[in-house]
Amino acid sequence: MTDSPPESAAAQRARPRPALSPARLAMRRFLRNRLALAGLGILALVFAASLAGLVWDRWAVWSGCEPPYREQLPGVHPQPPGWVHPFGTDPLGRDLLARTLLGGCVSLGVGLAAATVSVAVGTVWGTVAGYLGRGTDTLLMRIVDILYGLPYILLVILLLVLFEERGVALRVAALFLAIGGVSWLTMARVVRGQVLALREAEFIQAARALGSGPARIIFREILPNLAGTILVCATLTVPLAILQESFLSFLGLGIPPPLASWGTLASDAVGALNPVQTYWWLLAFPCALLGATLLGLNFVGDGLRDAFDPRAS
Amino acid sequence: MLHYILRRLLYFIPTLVIIYTVAFLLMRAAPGSPFAQEKGLPPEVLQARAEKYYADRPLYQYFRYAWDLATLRGTPSIRYPERNVVRDILGPAFPVSLALGLCALSLAVAVGTAAGVASAARPRSLTDYAAMAGALVGVSQPSFVIAGLLLAVFSLWLRWLPVGGWGRPSQLILPALALAALPAAYIARLVRTAMLDVLSADFIRTARAKGLRRRTVLLDHALRNAWLPVLGYLGPAAAAVFTGSFVVEKIFAIPGVGQHFVDSALHRDHPLILATVLLYAVLLVAFNLAVDVAYAWFDPRIRYD
Repeated sequence: MTDSPPESAAAQRARPRPALSPARLAMRRFLRNRLALAGLGILALVFAASLAGLVWDRWAVWSGCEPPYREQLPGVHPQPPGWVHPFGTDPLGRDLLARTLLGGCVSLGVGLAAATVSVAVGTVWGTVAGYLGRGTDTLLMRIVDILYGLPYILLVILLLVLFEERGVALRVAALFLAIGGVSWLTMARVVRGQVLALREAEFIQAARALGSGPARIIFREILPNLAGTILVCATLTVPLAILQESFLSFLGLGIPPPLASWGTLASDAVGALNPVQTYWWLLAFPCALLGATLLGLNFVGDGLRDAFDPRAS
Repeated sequence: MLHYILRRLLYFIPTLVIIYTVAFLLMRAAPGSPFAQEKGLPPEVLQARAEKYYADRPLYQYFRYAWDLATLRGTPSIRYPERNVVRDILGPAFPVSLALGLCALSLAVAVGTAAGVASAARPRSLTDYAAMAGALVGVSQPSFVIAGLLLAVFSLWLRWLPVGGWGRPSQLILPALALAALPAAYIARLVRTAMLDVLSADFIRTARAKGLRRRTVLLDHALRNAWLPVLGYLGPAAAAVFTGSFVVEKIFAIPGVGQHFVDSALHRDHPLILATVLLYAVLLVAFNLAVDVAYAWFDPRIRYD
């Protein structure tokens, strides 16, 4: 073997690379997508800022002060942005920076909670329907169709009134659940479609021929193949949930005051629009953060979709 | 085809019955009484009101409301006892929402398709980036912010258009724009993705190779195929747009049906809840059928026999 000629550069390049797992390949494609990385960067910034807002709030409580998001300052308000209050103050004399940052925690929380509910319920529902097929499939998917056929605002309001007047914590939890409770339908449909296609794939038949039971097939073969689809769908659920929360805030069903979310801040600011006096900062800052977050989430979601499904891009 | 349509029409009835039943059960199961708003009424009056709306006889209420809605006779609303839900509430409001919805949806389809085709014709060009940035802004703000900003800029500061109300064509422009923003953005993205997919197909290369004009290839050959996903989206979108938007109606003071979807649920106005649910369900089922028929017309390969 010592006298074999050294491999040429071309031959080295032609030699097959070690096989990469699909997840690795997807990650590589995602990291090459500049827009998606920019979205990830925006999200990281917004997350960090919201967490800083939460820390600020906790620190104020711990040191015995009134939490900044509800402390009403003396003087004439609303004040435009300045050195003391970078985002200005609202008509009740509360610091808008503190309210916007804490509102970010609430809005992001709503989005993440909805995505969690939708992943948990939608995945189980769709997998069971798609894998068992026949009568189960028909029954489960008809239920989804019927829930789609009801106006979703009716479902949300009925879910919300179940927890009415039982304290702030429960109302916020109810809001999370109500928005999550209507957002799993799309996930269930998408997952079921994928499972139907996968169920007949050759590698699943091979697993079945090797004697794997349904549980093993679902958890070891089907779910890993669904991970990309679920991740994409969950990422795109978050912006929808944040928008739904803002809509509920507009109805007055959102986060109870004095707590704030981007939705309540924006809807209060829209209500205060008038031709005589403009308090632009009331609308501009919450909407800018909300818009940036939704843009970031959409970029990341599109990037993930392209990464997991190279054919689509 | 006719056979298929007839069969689908037959499925209408069980679908509507099931949706009605689920809505009825949800509505009865939800806590809070529709009569709770009027505190301090003597029990006899409450009893009489409950009897008027058959609240104490659920089974009779179920069939009675269903029959009155199916024959379009309607029942009195609970919140406004002198108003009939069909004749006085949804009847006058639905044409308003329909007119506004038609304007908004045509606008959304026109703008969305144009933007999608323009950006797919030259991917990664300035046009592409501008159109897609516009589409993303359309989906990244709540509708009340978009509607509120339109109102503030065009009515309050520039004073070009009326602040709100209904009746004159100039009062239609801003609400139609606000209502069209979301579907337009969505359609633009759908069309762009589908167009890029179609434009790499072999038959497009053939069409170009035989010397057809670029315009003909884009609009006649590619768009016809790329428009199919939009068709699928239009079914649910039309049902949603034609049943109005609470936000747009509230901000521009438009007497449409969207507000009744929210108000009826908030006030547990049972007759109105059922009427709005059925209105939405009928529209949704009908538009989904229309979309499926249109699929076959658009793409002759699709057959339903």
